Amino acid sequence: MSMEEPENTHPDVIKKFMYVNRRAPYGTVYALETLEVVLIGAAFDQDVSLAFLDDGVFQIVKGQDTTQIGMKNFSPTFRALGDYEVSKLYVEKESLEERGLAPDDLLEITYEDEDDDWAEKPSIRIVDRTELTKIMAAQDVILSF
Amino acid sequence: MKLSVVVNEGPYTHQASDSAFQFTKAALEKGHEIYRVFFYHDGVNNGSRLTVPPQDERNIQQNWTELGQSNELDLVVCVAAAQRRGVLDESEAKRHGKDADNIAPGFRISGLGQLIDAGIASDRVIVFGD
Repeated sequence: MSMEEPENTHPDVIKKFMYVNRRAPYGTVYALETLEVVLIGAAFDQDVSLAFLDDGVFQIVKGQDTTQIGMKNFSPTFRALGDYEVSKLYVEKESLEERGLAPDDLLEITYEDEDDDWAEKPSIRIVDRTELTKIMAAQDVILSF
Repeated sequence: MKLSVVVNEGPYTHQASDSAFQFTKAALEKGHEIYRVFFYHDGVNNGSRLTVPPQDERNIQQNWTELGQSNELDLVVCVAAAQRRGVLDESEAKRHGKDADNIAPGFRISGLGQLIDAGIASDRVIVFGD
């Protein structure tokens, strides 16, 4: 029953799905379990993007070390998202700035662009709050955990 | 309209499950279709039949069970989140060598694909969380 491949009952429908990450990677399980949804959701061939705002920007900071808190460092999984054809990671500029972070502090996450001879391109796009609002308004489904 | 509801918090600690329940009930009364209610994160605990709230308090699990059964709702508990938190049905309990199960009547355990499917199939997805 539960472990079978996810079944897509509407194979012809492609919607714009956005996963909104608002929370720090550790302290609560939301970030980890959201990433699990993203990975499972990839099997459905939808138009997927992720947004990182508020403390959610900490999820993709590079150099995470969880050895002292007894939790799995799952940040390397974000770098594999390109293999799942998830190539749009919107990061809110103001959230970075409010936390003293710069784009250079973030993981290098790339994808291979099939429309451009599989050129390797950055998945992270820094957008300001106004821009992100517009991107959100254009989505069909927004899942915020 | 065809709606799906996501419940991301457990019973009693947060209001999310109560709000989701009231919303679902009101939507049904207005004639909307509820395609699925999906329980994720601590929300899976709404589907444990072993909760025993004080008698003068609402029984959140029972509310969901009754609303689900009288409207033939698809109440889905995420299997991965449920296993972490000890919410099991009979076959999951057997599979993992546990001596009991606790899934409440009217709920079923299934995968995260059911959440994505709900997003694809519904006109709107409404998320209730903290």
